[in-house]
Amino acid sequence: MINGAEIMVECLKKEGVSIVFGYPGAAICPFFDALYKSPIQSILVRQEQNAAHSASGYARSVSKPGVCVATSGPGATNLITGIATAYMDSIPIIAITGQVRSDLIGRDVFQEADITGACEPFVKNSYLVKNTADLPRVFKEAFHIATTGRPGPVLIDVPIDIQQNTLDSFEYPETVDLISYKPNTKTHPMQIKKAIELIKSSKRPVICAGGGVLSSGCKLDLVAFAEKTKIPVMSTMMGIGIMPSQHELYLGMLGSHGTRAANRAIHEADLVILCGARVGDRSLATPNQTTERAKVIHIDIDPAEIGKNMSVDVPIAGNVKEAIEHFNNEIGEYKVPAIWTETLSSWKAADQKEPERFEGYLEPKSFVALLSKKVRSKAILVADVGQNQIWCANNFKISDGRFLTTGGMGTMGYSVPAAIGAKFARPTRDVVVVCGDGSFQMCFNELATIVQNNLDIKIIVMRNTRLGMVREIQDVLYGSRHAVTILDAIPDFQKIADAYGIPSAFLSSDDDAENAIDEMLNTKGAFLLVCNVSPETPSR
Amino acid sequence: MKYTLSVLVENQAGVLSKISGLFSRRGFNIDSLAVGIAETPNLSRITIVVNGDEYLIEQLEKQLNKLISVVKVKVLDNNTISRELALIKVNANSKTRFEIIKIAEVTKSNIANISANTITIECSNTTDNIETLIMLLKPYGIKQIARTGTVALENGDSSAK
Repeated sequence: MINGAEIMVECLKKEGVSIVFGYPGAAICPFFDALYKSPIQSILVRQEQNAAHSASGYARSVSKPGVCVATSGPGATNLITGIATAYMDSIPIIAITGQVRSDLIGRDVFQEADITGACEPFVKNSYLVKNTADLPRVFKEAFHIATTGRPGPVLIDVPIDIQQNTLDSFEYPETVDLISYKPNTKTHPMQIKKAIELIKSSKRPVICAGGGVLSSGCKLDLVAFAEKTKIPVMSTMMGIGIMPSQHELYLGMLGSHGTRAANRAIHEADLVILCGARVGDRSLATPNQTTERAKVIHIDIDPAEIGKNMSVDVPIAGNVKEAIEHFNNEIGEYKVPAIWTETLSSWKAADQKEPERFEGYLEPKSFVALLSKKVRSKAILVADVGQNQIWCANNFKISDGRFLTTGGMGTMGYSVPAAIGAKFARPTRDVVVVCGDGSFQMCFNELATIVQNNLDIKIIVMRNTRLGMVREIQDVLYGSRHAVTILDAIPDFQKIADAYGIPSAFLSSDDDAENAIDEMLNTKGAFLLVCNVSPETPSR
Repeated sequence: MKYTLSVLVENQAGVLSKISGLFSRRGFNIDSLAVGIAETPNLSRITIVVNGDEYLIEQLEKQLNKLISVVKVKVLDNNTISRELALIKVNANSKTRFEIIKIAEVTKSNIANISANTITIECSNTTDNIETLIMLLKPYGIKQIARTGTVALENGDSSAK
């Protein structure tokens, strides 16, 4: 005999899951009990939203789905922001929620919430399991859907009686039989041919690389294609890290907070090759202006993204990896006219400017650049949301490491829990968080998770006592009326670290930056570095 | 312009709310929506009429295809048979009853119910013809209308499967 909860654990084992992030409650107790008796590690987070972020950080670091677990009602609704974040960022996670007894659903009993209904806009698919015998099929389908095509979250809601009911035996399906879900990954040869012709006839081409390149695992193919053809590359925020930051062909991040070189290049290009990028408004605010001058090739695994925000000359629906492999094989001897690469290099050089410094404060951009030199190879940097994110996106020099942030949803409080997931996924790598004093206050409850699990995560808080990015918007659009963006009564973050038993340091000058970074990186285990940054330091 | 979509879906709990939710959150306006069991019992066919342009229809088709329970989406062209059922309850007295029955005959409608003061007409026809019937009946005083929304299939051998 095997009960539903044990079946759920067996399903996770079959899918190769070794860790789940979660928070318990009455309706999910059978499942946590079964996990307790299994080799799968259960990590207790301090709020359910962070379980989803941890699962996302884990998934992005190992290219496997992350799993988060919460109870019914408020536990499940707390997950929503994390699920929505994974959805917008196209990260494969499986969210498992407990639900009230199936015969009580719809009666508004204690801790009941229609979570499959509430999550409908934010998941690739969701299941409310009504029968214990359905569990193996549901889990098989859920993992398949989350990880194939355009990745994304899948929710499985399991009433407590379904977890308790028993079956005689457990059998996991070998294959998935979904008549309605067959994501197309194969690119069309005709479209590839058209694209190659367009590239060959272009004089000022650029590649815009997005998160899809990372999720399809074709980073190196794309770099090879760029090097072969000398086509310059810019990235969206989700695509940072595809090209080494110091690469001669890399123009930096595109968009409202990106580099001038990248933004100028996309407006003067005669061909834009979008690779796994969805033309979000923060990257390309005026796609119509771009298409007036340039032809567009758009490669995306999600056909619905092609033509949604920008008209396209050659749509290529399919796996970016496959398309780039074809490009590499079929492009022949084409090389970008030297005048275009030279022009871009000069724009790039013109972009280099010394950041403004303020007496008594640390300059965060040069600090982040210095940090990137100090971390070990393959380090994972997790940036939160706001000015800290932009400072990192534009100044953290990546060679072979990863840059994790929520570029799609922009959820404050993402960094610390996502770093926890990343550290569990890659325990031997440097994992460094950069967040603001606003975002840190949204997630520092997870310091307890870090301490409980002895995680070696370094946290840098950019303390400018402001919600800096909103304040910038207020300066430009709202007559500098700083409504609710002043973080007065800011706590002493070092005392908070101390309360958790985490060593810390305070940094307020550029001269001490190198020593502070060394001290942080050389300290064994978690460390909190509070950086005193001027409220006047701009994002860009 | 009006477009008719034939959407084949898996017959599961919540599928209709998934589809209607998609319409509202993407800002698509539904003119009519009709749903019923299709040729195989595990599938339902939803016929949706929307007002929009080519861009909207392309988006709609792609977004519908992304829903896991959607098996097939087809935008129907002019080579289509489309029907709607309407029940129209109209005031009728001894003076007007004969005229109303005549209107029903001319428009190939049936008399579904008759009482001392009303006639209920049952009309299965294209949306345009139903509109015409309603226009003709208006002067007598329409009490209630119930309409199913359009259902549609392609003509001849072709089948949206």
